[in-house]
Amino acid sequence: MKTPILKIEGFGKHFTLHEQNKRIPSSHNVNLEVYAGELTALIGPTGAGKSSVLKGIYRTYLPSAGKILYRDKNGVEVDLAQADEYRMLQLRHEEIGFVTQFLFCLPRQSTLDVVAHPLVVRGMSREAARTKAAEMLTALNLPERLWSISPATFSGGEKQRVNLARGLVARPRLLLLDEPTASLDPVTAERVIALIEQIKAEGVAMLAIFHHPELTQRLGDRVVELTPPPATSKQADIKEKSGTNEQKVEVFA
Amino acid sequence: MRKILEVRNLSKIYGKGCPRCIESTGPEADTNMCPHCGSVVAIHDVSFDLHEGEILGLMGESGSGKSTVVKNLYFDQTPTSGEARFFDEAGTQDMFHLNAAQQRRLRNQRFGMVYQNPHLGLNFGISSGGNIAERLLMNDVSHYGEIRERAKELLSRTEVLLSRMDESPGNFSGGMQQRVQIAKALATNPPLLYLDEVTTGLDLSVQARILDLILEIQQERNTAMIVVTHDLGVIRLLTGRALVMKYGRVIESGLTDQILEDPQHAYTQRLVASAL
Repeated sequence: MKTPILKIEGFGKHFTLHEQNKRIPSSHNVNLEVYAGELTALIGPTGAGKSSVLKGIYRTYLPSAGKILYRDKNGVEVDLAQADEYRMLQLRHEEIGFVTQFLFCLPRQSTLDVVAHPLVVRGMSREAARTKAAEMLTALNLPERLWSISPATFSGGEKQRVNLARGLVARPRLLLLDEPTASLDPVTAERVIALIEQIKAEGVAMLAIFHHPELTQRLGDRVVELTPPPATSKQADIKEKSGTNEQKVEVFA
Repeated sequence: MRKILEVRNLSKIYGKGCPRCIESTGPEADTNMCPHCGSVVAIHDVSFDLHEGEILGLMGESGSGKSTVVKNLYFDQTPTSGEARFFDEAGTQDMFHLNAAQQRRLRNQRFGMVYQNPHLGLNFGISSGGNIAERLLMNDVSHYGEIRERAKELLSRTEVLLSRMDESPGNFSGGMQQRVQIAKALATNPPLLYLDEVTTGLDLSVQARILDLILEIQQERNTAMIVVTHDLGVIRLLTGRALVMKYGRVIESGLTDQILEDPQHAYTQRLVASAL
């Protein structure tokens, strides 16, 4: 049997807001697996904690519960929920990529440099990194006249392509995608889908949040559905009756 | 990534101190002044590691002790207790057990410091080029032509007009003074740089260019840096990891994006929520 690159057991995340004396639940009891060359789709309604799972893996959020077992390129298993900060930084630089919904970039850094950055961090020369970045931007259909400008002024769809290019250019072992086609026109979305299929064929393991059932059907090798956490008030009782958050897992043949 | 600095249980108390100083101060006590003896616990029990080429942020409001940490590590002050080990190429240095000459050597050669106040880092009685020459002379570079060449090289790297290198830093704008300070700090190509609120008080466009310069230097030379700031933008832009301080204690530490997006401590949550 195949061993997963990523295996999440009982992951949970809640936020404690001290000022308001509140505890905000986000993800709860999430279990999933991601394999090399496969895509696990994370679906569910808004508020089910899908993004929290991705951020928890990447340590942008500190996980509240559960294990995030990641097998690195040397076959060593590490629990990302417990790993120290240096280990997390090393994995971010070398193995785990994250394409978020929003791109944070400086208004004075060119698109080409934004995309080339992960390669420069890995030690590639600036020139070589820029060449790779240019290839990726071409593949994603971003007009060359935009390359020297900062993405800060771009439209939502253009920004998303820059963000994708940056995530894909370094060919991580594990790629986390937060709604990769959300604000794209159908033609560009098709390009992104083709690219995702291509890097999947290259062996990259992916965990992606999707909203369109059609996309889930096309790209997902496994589907994990999250349900919103039980609320703390009366709603909690209703949720309790409908059972615990048992994720439906389907595997497409 | 090799470890370059290890700080353990660093404490600094101003005043004679008493046995109840520690329990009576800190974030819970909401003060850093001991109500029993009047001593100020500037920092207590600060521990962290720093790796080669890493930029670590020390954040917190005025009086949190963040500057005191770097002042102790640059030997501007002597800590009350604690250890710091600097892993130099030539071997490990137990920083607070060195004699004055050995500490001076680290300060002059292996560390660089950029202060918020340029008067602390620069001598206004001599030219900008002279300020750099001073640091080179302390490191046994004594050939005039060589010193002048090196000073030119550093000042042009930090974008100071060479035509003005013979003027006193006193004639320069605040941003330009910081560039001279950075050039001086880099003169010996130190593996470790302390930056204490270096962009505070400068206007935004000047801030941005100095921060870009700092990032470029880190990438070119793989210099490890400790950045002290109360500015969340500076923390986000420069640092990979950060410590949050309040009343002399480290109340939270983590990867910078985690501190900013998922702060755990009540104080950090307030700090992040008050960002502009």
